[in-house]
Amino acid sequence: MWQWFHKLGSPKWFFGIANRLMPWLLAGGLIILAVGVVWGLAFAPKDYLQGNSYRIIFIHVPTAFLAQSVYIMMAVAAVVTLVWRMKLADVFVKAVAPVGLVLTFLALFTGAVWGKPTWGTWWIWDARLTSMLILLFLYGGVIALDRAINDEKSAARAVAVLVLVGVVNIPIIKYSVEWWNTLHQPATLKLTEKPSMSSEMLIPLLLSILGLYLLFGWLACIRMQTEILVREQRTKWVREMVMAGRN
Amino acid sequence: MHPLRKKRLTIVLFLVAGIAIAVGLTTYALRQNINLFYDPTQIAAGEAPVDVRIRAGGMVEAGSVVREPNSLKVIFRVTDFNESVPVEYEGILPDLFAEGQGVVAMGRLNDSGRFVADQVLAKHDENYMPPEVADSLKKDVAGQSSSAETTGSATY
Amino acid sequence: MAFDSFSAFLAMEGHGPYVWACYGAFVLLMATLMVWSLRRRKAAFDACRRGFEETRNTGRTAASGAQATFARVNVSQD
Repeated sequence: MWQWFHKLGSPKWFFGIANRLMPWLLAGGLIILAVGVVWGLAFAPKDYLQGNSYRIIFIHVPTAFLAQSVYIMMAVAAVVTLVWRMKLADVFVKAVAPVGLVLTFLALFTGAVWGKPTWGTWWIWDARLTSMLILLFLYGGVIALDRAINDEKSAARAVAVLVLVGVVNIPIIKYSVEWWNTLHQPATLKLTEKPSMSSEMLIPLLLSILGLYLLFGWLACIRMQTEILVREQRTKWVREMVMAGRN
Repeated sequence: MHPLRKKRLTIVLFLVAGIAIAVGLTTYALRQNINLFYDPTQIAAGEAPVDVRIRAGGMVEAGSVVREPNSLKVIFRVTDFNESVPVEYEGILPDLFAEGQGVVAMGRLNDSGRFVADQVLAKHDENYMPPEVADSLKKDVAGQSSSAETTGSATY
Repeated sequence: MAFDSFSAFLAMEGHGPYVWACYGAFVLLMATLMVWSLRRRKAAFDACRRGFEETRNTGRTAASGAQATFARVNVSQD
């Protein structure tokens, strides 16, 4: 029963799968993201209250959404690292942490730029904004901790523990707008209810999220491949692949 | 599953559960500090300290905004449809400031129960729609004006 | 189209700078991240190839030369 699970952990097997997936992820991601963004920027109607400044939502929500889901994926990989000692899980955490950092930064930046014309301030220490800033520091901490420890195995374990400790921040980000008084409004996209957004705005937003998801998939694949190449450079299969000139 | 892995998984789950409980209790204990602002009910109940810089938030009461003719001074009432607090502010208001809109004001509560603000931020809700849709919604609400207040309290 | 002209599209009724700053930062950072990741992968690939070629070459000379040098066929691959 666990056989497929261990096969999944084989770097060689992953390398091949990633090679096949990547063109689709890249093309699909770029096209869908471009459609969503252009639709949102030029064709979606303006908001009755905020006018055109709300168009920032078409990148603010996707980056914020991805920043959190990437962290959840990292936490799952951290459990796999600690329990099954699967190398590929650790490779994933190290490969995507910088992507998560950039996405979190973009979510904070676009939020700040959006806050100025709508709320009247770039920044406020409310629960949502602060917990999102903590997420940025968590990503930074994961990257720094990994660099600080030279031994691969101890680094993997230390990083996995840090990722798991930080995962409590994710529900705090999500529910901060409901548990406490915040300046940030509650979520527009809800899991169980109808989204509180007109469909002419909602469809481009969902497209942007999907596009960015696919693009993240491509980034994860290529960065994991890099990490695998560095780690497995002395193995036979890497040697055969590299010498065959396949990319 | 291998017993060693089972043991490791248990340790990991305990670790996460323990941290979650610790953080949950901490944030629960600090909830009043995590809240960004006091709402009018809390202020009316005397929970907010007088003459200390705090934030007050709620909805700008319809028909309560009075602008002084020769200055930037504005007086309005902030309500949560239960209690309301008079707010006084001098300065430029954000574009989104309007009657019936959410605001968060920063300032001090004076002895007479008036909130003297030095900063007013606009708070908006999670609803996004084109102007035409908003207009037709408004017409619907005007048609049944008795329900206007109850829907208002739900969206603030 | 939500705008009457291209200049109206750029101006966004006064919100242009905010909107375009966000999209600019997004495109710039995502593109940088993608290009950087591509380059790193290529660099890792080239480093592997170089490493293997050197091993092969030195391996040959070592084999044709004295057996004693065999222990030194350890190549840095960074």
